Amino acid sequence: MTQTLQTASPAAGPDGQAAARDRGGTAQPMLIANHLKKYFALRSGMLGGRAGEVKAVDDVSFSVRKGETLGIVGESGCGKSTLARLLMHLIPMDEGEMIFDGDPVGTPSGLTLRELRRDLQMVFQDSYSSLNPRLPVQDSIAYGPRVHGMDRISARDLARGMLDKVGLRPDLFGARYPHELSGGQRQRINIARALALSPRMLILDEAVSALDKSVEAQVLNLLRHLKRDFNLTYLFISHDLAVVRHVSDRVLVMYLGQIVEIGPVDAIYDAPRHPYSKALLDSRLALDPGERIDEAPITGDPPNPANPPSGCRFRTRCPFAESVCSTTMPTLGDEGPDAHLVACHMMAPGSGHSRAAGRTGAQPCPVPAL
Amino acid sequence: MSDRGITIADLPDVPENPAALRVRSYWQTVRYRLRYDYVTLFFLAVLALVLMTALLAPELAPFDPTKTSTINRMKPIGYRDFLLGTDELGRDMLSRLLWGGRASLTMGCGPVALATLIGGFLGIVAGFIGGRVNMAIMRIMDVFYAFPSVLLAVAISGILGGGMANGMIALTLVFIPPICRVAESATTQVRNLDFVEAARASGAPALSLILHHVLGNVLAPIFIYASSLVSVSILLASGLSFLGLGVAPPTADWGLMLSTLRAALYVQPLVCALPGAAILIVSLSFNLVSDGLRRAMDVKA
Repeated sequence: MTQTLQTASPAAGPDGQAAARDRGGTAQPMLIANHLKKYFALRSGMLGGRAGEVKAVDDVSFSVRKGETLGIVGESGCGKSTLARLLMHLIPMDEGEMIFDGDPVGTPSGLTLRELRRDLQMVFQDSYSSLNPRLPVQDSIAYGPRVHGMDRISARDLARGMLDKVGLRPDLFGARYPHELSGGQRQRINIARALALSPRMLILDEAVSALDKSVEAQVLNLLRHLKRDFNLTYLFISHDLAVVRHVSDRVLVMYLGQIVEIGPVDAIYDAPRHPYSKALLDSRLALDPGERIDEAPITGDPPNPANPPSGCRFRTRCPFAESVCSTTMPTLGDEGPDAHLVACHMMAPGSGHSRAAGRTGAQPCPVPAL
Repeated sequence: MSDRGITIADLPDVPENPAALRVRSYWQTVRYRLRYDYVTLFFLAVLALVLMTALLAPELAPFDPTKTSTINRMKPIGYRDFLLGTDELGRDMLSRLLWGGRASLTMGCGPVALATLIGGFLGIVAGFIGGRVNMAIMRIMDVFYAFPSVLLAVAISGILGGGMANGMIALTLVFIPPICRVAESATTQVRNLDFVEAARASGAPALSLILHHVLGNVLAPIFIYASSLVSVSILLASGLSFLGLGVAPPTADWGLMLSTLRAALYVQPLVCALPGAAILIVSLSFNLVSDGLRRAMDVKA
């Protein structure tokens, strides 16, 4: 079985094989997203007249380095899942480009979608609805390799090998149906299914959010082992801030379809520079009863994404909002993949915000005077 | 993932209960459930019996179903060799019922099978592609839907003229819209589930998605709905024959027999009721069997 696995999934093999697939070299980011945009049209009436659009992902640019885990956090509806689906090309993007290991995706000279999907796979949140209820789980896992031209027998062997890799005995679980498995087992199957194409990068869209804590821990450990064994890069989307801190190397904070802050995980968790990141982190519950939170650090719902506020999108909920915030949209800047970037006028010297004066740029967000 | 912060201890899998390890395939499960559903089994047997007698009608029928006899008109049940009596032209009722089963079952199953193929295909295409294609297909179906099914069947076969083939075409057209609608709604539901997205994410072309992931999940509702239409089809076909639009005399057909015998209702009421009873038994059986199948084919119950 080990033999089959090695021929089928080069990423699992020795370094020489893994290097053969590494086209751009170690310095080349695994994934670069440039100015991704996705506006969903709001239609009204019988004839479907365009009544407006929801800016689900609005000018999002970032990169993921090889071998790292980039966490994406943000409250519900901020566009995390849309971003994941855009990157998977499950929904067409309106604007922007994506570069996978140096090759642009979807252009004549670059990667085709089919090639991209060998290298980039996704695990969905709902472990049940992401498995075909009418297929034994090993057939679900074998489906991807079959689509890519593997014969039935080797695909099944590969599927059973993958089951073993995710800690489920193939002879016990292979022939079962999704409804005969627990949530944690199903999510392992989903991970096995995603890995069956031996991708180099995995998008985990709330992959552990629906699991209970003990199972979540098992699956997180599994993901860590798989990452090491298969030489993977993760894009880890979650609303669970503690989990994101545990697994991520860098973190990206989204608000209303835009990136508000991106940087190394410790820099963001220890000294958030955007008021939204700070509020988000402050709303975590402390384990110490002495540090009870009596007042929510951030209140209200995000504004309607069909009609976002002018200027900075966070200004309607920001305690430091000033006139400049409603007129000018703050920019994230572009200072390389390792930089701690923030889209806030307070952090940009000369932006016109009263708190920005005299700043050098690398200070945490001030504490609002309550 | 980097090791930082708290480490989560490796937790072993909960040991499995060996008794729960028996694995059944989908169809094995269906068969297992049907085995203890005696009502469904009984009516399945009734249907099999009716089908057998219709198939073996030339062997079983004691008389020629079209041979008339002026002397033996309107004889009661059990008269001489006529086990179930004779009709208004002196033809043996038993022979005619056996032969009539052929026409009636053909008219019952044929249009439904055709409509399932056509309507199912249109519905799956409409549901899977969505958007304008869906709109176009479903609005055309709505036009057919606007007419009551009986009226539509009568109108279409009225235009096409009498005869069994035209009757089948008319009934097929009547059944396509409802089956198409069931297929469309089932497909729309399935299409939006994550497993279709996940399969798409693995690079599968649309045809493979439909064959491997959509079809298996929409076939059961379509199949169950279609099986419930068989009895409707038999009744509508009888209605068409009754109006002189379906099967043409002297061919035996239950609906036609019911129609011609109604003049003799006061002379031999029991004999007149026989074709009606045959229709009742077959349509009841089809309904109950389709109910049983629905229960058995419902996964995760």
